[in-house]
Amino acid sequence: MAYITFRGIDFRYGAQGPLIIRGFGLEMRRGEFFTLVGPSGCGKTTVLNILAGFEAPSAGEVVVDGEPVRGPQRDRIVIFQEPDSLYPWLTALENVEFPLRVLGVSPSARRTRAREALQLVGLHGHEGKHPGQLSGGMKQRVQLARALVLEAPVLLMDEPFGALDAQTRIILQEELVQIAGRTRQTILFITHDLHEAIFLADRIGVMTAGPDSAIKKIVEVELPRPRVRGSAAFGELYERIHQILSEEVRRVLRREDSLL
Amino acid sequence: MERWPRLRASIPASDTVRVSGVSLVGFVLLWQVASTLWVPSILLPTPVRTLLALAAMLREGVLPHDAGVSLSRIAIGFLIGTAVGVPLGLAMGLFRPVLVFFEPYVQFFRFVPPVAWIIPAILWFGIGETSKIFLIFYTTVFLVLLNTMVGVSAVPRNQIRSARCFGAGPWQLFLWVSLPATMPHVLTGMRIAMGNSFAAVVGAEFIAAQAGLGFLIIDSGTWLATDRMFAGMLTLGLLGILADLLFRAVVARCAARYFFPS
Repeated sequence: MAYITFRGIDFRYGAQGPLIIRGFGLEMRRGEFFTLVGPSGCGKTTVLNILAGFEAPSAGEVVVDGEPVRGPQRDRIVIFQEPDSLYPWLTALENVEFPLRVLGVSPSARRTRAREALQLVGLHGHEGKHPGQLSGGMKQRVQLARALVLEAPVLLMDEPFGALDAQTRIILQEELVQIAGRTRQTILFITHDLHEAIFLADRIGVMTAGPDSAIKKIVEVELPRPRVRGSAAFGELYERIHQILSEEVRRVLRREDSLL
Repeated sequence: MERWPRLRASIPASDTVRVSGVSLVGFVLLWQVASTLWVPSILLPTPVRTLLALAAMLREGVLPHDAGVSLSRIAIGFLIGTAVGVPLGLAMGLFRPVLVFFEPYVQFFRFVPPVAWIIPAILWFGIGETSKIFLIFYTTVFLVLLNTMVGVSAVPRNQIRSARCFGAGPWQLFLWVSLPATMPHVLTGMRIAMGNSFAAVVGAEFIAAQAGLGFLIIDSGTWLATDRMFAGMLTLGLLGILADLLFRAVVARCAARYFFPS
């Protein structure tokens, strides 16, 4: 029984706009780490925004745990690529407290829980700093802590490490694997970095080139964790998915050429 | 963004003091030379004579009185202008119908400067306090309103979206996200408006008034008491700097977090 179901999703901006997504279907299991990859502009973020409830599909429906998605809700927390979703006038601790404040948790209880969440993402000692005083990687950790503090069953991550340097990125990927293993949250993770996808995911969905894109193929990642990037099995899988993905990327490039 | 702090940092603090000291002494010297050698001192009194006049007016109580009158006009008009400008700017930035309703007037009247209203204001409200306060209000309201409106409609989308993820309702979105995110714009608008209020009050007091720094300046000018006239101008500039410093101190104390420490 699927936990999250996308059924026949079409999406276009306005009534007459071109179809960004056509007939997108996907079933996600409870507690799985699902990564969506695809050529840029294929509508990965749109899929995430529809599940988050930020955008309504033009056709089809998304069901989470038996409930159709009608808007943003506390059980589905988004982590954005840009850290501008943090509130710059609040400290790191106050940012993490924010969801609990909305929920009406008492100040002392939410302070304790926010401290624990910050500790979990390795930001102990930085509670009093404002986002402007933190590095890019630390800001993404604050976003993660803020998402974890609610213990939401679903995390939606939109290229959260896309703007970070390679080293920070790898460290955060390793920490995310550990945290996800512990919390058993269902995660939809979007990336265009295939290494990242294979390192993190239980399953990888490769999208076709847009417009009117959908899922082309779903690949199970059966490598045991922790995964070793240099291993032969990792490399083989990379090659396999790369083949599928590069066909789509080439389609985009050909189309761009013909436009010139 | 990056270059300015570095340029500033390249001058050590001790040099900053020295450079501004040289600048100040140089200016006073130039003033002294100009007023003794180039221009008849009746048209440009020497710095010393100006300071003596200032001291005399302080003793007589003229200066404190006129400064007090001007400052209280500014304070009242500024506060009313802010009290109207902030809520209206918020409403215009948040609700399209309100924007469509008011925007033509805002766009039109912001090009009609406060000085253009001096005569109508005196005709309608007389030469007393009301006409001056009206002008300061007029000066303040557009600057505060426009800054607030721009600020509230430029709140990053992801800040709103994540709050909606957390289940925030419209009031929580407004009070906990939109309002604090708009604060820097509001405060910037207020700071600019306060500077312009000084200009507006002097303009109004030039035309018709029986007290105030503008009145003091034009009255002294009429009697060719140029030393008193320049003393009035000196006071105006100093009070302006003082008001700005005070404003910044209050902001630094009560609202520093909205200037996004980095």
